[in-house]
Amino acid sequence: MQPAGSVVPQVPAPIAAALRPLPLLLLRPPLAMLAVRIRDRHPELFERLGPHAAKRFGLDPTDLPFAFVLEPRPAAPSVTPVRQLPRDLDVRIAGPLGALLGMVDGAFDGDALFFSRSLQVEGDMEALLALRNAVDDACIDLRRIALSPLGPAADPLDRAFRRVRAAAGRVAAHRTESRSWN
Amino acid sequence: MQLTLGPVLYNWQPDDWRDFHFRIADEAEVDTVVLGETVCSKRAPFFAEHLPAVAERLSAAGKRVLLGSAILISLPRERRQAAELAESGAFMVEANDLTCLRYLQGKPHAVGPFVNVYNEATAAWLAERGARRLSLPPELPMASIRTIAGTLPAVTVEVFAFGRVPLAISARCYHARLHGLAKDNCRFVCENDPDGLPVRTLDGDGFLAVNGVQTLSHTCADLLGEAVALAGAGVAALRLSPQRCDMVAVARVFRDVLDGRCDAAEGHRALARLYPDVPFANGFVHGTAGAGMVA
Amino acid sequence: MELICPAGTPAALKAAVAAGADAVYCGFRDETNARNFPGLNFSRDELRAGIEHAHRGGVRVLVAVNTFPRAGAIEVWHRAVDDAVAAGADALILADLGLLAYAANRHPGQRLHVSVQAAAANPDAIGFYVEAFGVRRVVLPRVLSVPEIAAIVREIDCETEVFVFGGLCVMAEGRCSLSSYATGQSPNMQGVCSPAGHVRYEERDGRMLSRLGRFTINAFGPGEAAGYPTLCKGRFATDLGTGYLFEDPVSLDAASLLPALRDAGVTALKIEGRQRSRAYTERVVGGFRDALAALAAGREIDTAALADLTEGQATTAGAYRKTWR
Repeated sequence: MQPAGSVVPQVPAPIAAALRPLPLLLLRPPLAMLAVRIRDRHPELFERLGPHAAKRFGLDPTDLPFAFVLEPRPAAPSVTPVRQLPRDLDVRIAGPLGALLGMVDGAFDGDALFFSRSLQVEGDMEALLALRNAVDDACIDLRRIALSPLGPAADPLDRAFRRVRAAAGRVAAHRTESRSWN
Repeated sequence: MQLTLGPVLYNWQPDDWRDFHFRIADEAEVDTVVLGETVCSKRAPFFAEHLPAVAERLSAAGKRVLLGSAILISLPRERRQAAELAESGAFMVEANDLTCLRYLQGKPHAVGPFVNVYNEATAAWLAERGARRLSLPPELPMASIRTIAGTLPAVTVEVFAFGRVPLAISARCYHARLHGLAKDNCRFVCENDPDGLPVRTLDGDGFLAVNGVQTLSHTCADLLGEAVALAGAGVAALRLSPQRCDMVAVARVFRDVLDGRCDAAEGHRALARLYPDVPFANGFVHGTAGAGMVA
Repeated sequence: MELICPAGTPAALKAAVAAGADAVYCGFRDETNARNFPGLNFSRDELRAGIEHAHRGGVRVLVAVNTFPRAGAIEVWHRAVDDAVAAGADALILADLGLLAYAANRHPGQRLHVSVQAAAANPDAIGFYVEAFGVRRVVLPRVLSVPEIAAIVREIDCETEVFVFGGLCVMAEGRCSLSSYATGQSPNMQGVCSPAGHVRYEERDGRMLSRLGRFTINAFGPGEAAGYPTLCKGRFATDLGTGYLFEDPVSLDAASLLPALRDAGVTALKIEGRQRSRAYTERVVGGFRDALAALAAGREIDTAALADLTEGQATTAGAYRKTWR
């Protein structure tokens, strides 16, 4: 049996290790900007979230040495980098960065990632579904929103995004035999 | 408030089935008895020989007899049976599927708990076509029951009040599947579980009961505590669904509580003695999880 | 055969239209349809815009109002019917007798389909809907074999639509109270099965437990493929053994049966999954568009293309290929 989700691209371990000493303070301004830009471009996302916009979501890219706390408040949305997710979150979503970004990008189906165990979820499942569905509907072009202000400096990141998109679709299947029905 | 004894849902031995109903005829304080194999058409031939005698004895004892139609009808043979049932005319038919309703339109009939009657408009639509009795789906909350019963004072509205609650019906036979048998060659293994085959969670909690193609609750409905409120809501009958316990005594407990001879708490304790080891539940009527007991 | 595709959001609707759907089905963002999940479905404005978009692409839109109206609040469902008609819906997918009667009386020209939630499983039940309400199509329950479907098609006076991919109810649809037994909420009443608000995932001894209400319904070992936390696909214990008593976590995939379904005279093929992402819609609709093209050209149909999207990472041809008849 193949390990689950082996086709979801993983951040290579050396890169993850190199990122470890990165001061999280450096990540704060671009992430804050990203949150505000998404809010400005996708007001419908917050309408779809409804009451769940008040919840706190922990996003844990398992192949990175840090995680994020997402608070999708319509008035003041924020994405905060943390070394470790706090305990008092409403929802925790863990999986390879490629899986998390691929869901935003429309490359991956969240349920399929869950079925293949590439994605682990905990907490308030209503809030999780609302976020997943709202993000899926919004068709957020992360690449453009995040990278356009960076100019040519964004090229390596851009290539990483494209690799995720190119991997679109094939989450590793454990077994694909057809079962008889009795 | 009347009492109705529902059809035996399990695969009882034919002689047991006959003797059970003879005793109901002679001793039970119920107004109406529903007969007929409603779960699995393969079982029906075994009861057929006893059906006339049972129906006659119940009628002679002053009980109204209804003949229940099958819940899930797909085979041509099952369709023929439904059509014949609807046209037989000797007893009022309780339709458990729209298949039967096609043939019953315009004739007085009963609608069983397996037809989806969730609101007053559907209830009224069925009443216009001849439904005189409506046994409501067990998952309905009190507010819906009250609205439906209040809208149709001329129709006998009934609520499922005792017994394991039928929750689902399937084309697949879980008894056969569990025994590693094909449905067509099932060897009638469901007869080993005259009170349902217990299904537990992985934690060992009682959860469901399997009865061939049917899935029922592990818990046993007990609406003694709601009986007075149901009467106030316009409900005219309570359904007692046969389990492997003294159903004559169960009916007596319901009668006693309804007639004020004992209170609900006392009645509940009596039911627990009559049908031990099975937790009671009333969650559905309170609009919460059906497996729960709201005090 | 027409390809009928799910749209849980406007983005999925667009994806389905682009991927080659003949028709898209969707519902309002409330309890009037059987996929009443958080963050899903259409506002009135979104439905109007979605229908316009679909019609520009020559694609029809079917609106599901397929829960059973709550007693005392029927007007909520009446409004859903009226608004769907006003928005230009090509058909309404309905299950409740009273609501069918309302739609047939109030909107006599409107095309009506019988939802799978109505569990019309034989020609008499289907005939009942045709005679009473003039319905034009029935969505067949997932309990029938292909020969049974062929026999039904021969005997009825309306079109048939069958599910070919996605979630699979092993119980007769629209007649199941398992969800409300554990949670108080049901597909028929609230439009949800095993609602998210009652689902919890817990780690215990290296296994992932899924819990619904106060019941443990499954435990998955490390790396073991998972499914939805629906009761009928849980693991349970009996005196005869422990395991998937009712059904494995598995999805329906009837791609290999397309020739047989065509020969049976089926009008339309339906893909389940309004709760899934636009990535799912895009791939499944595209996959079945290819399969239909292969069918028309007499080529072999690729049946393994979508397996990674399936529940439990496994597929079944379901009742269509019953081994016991």
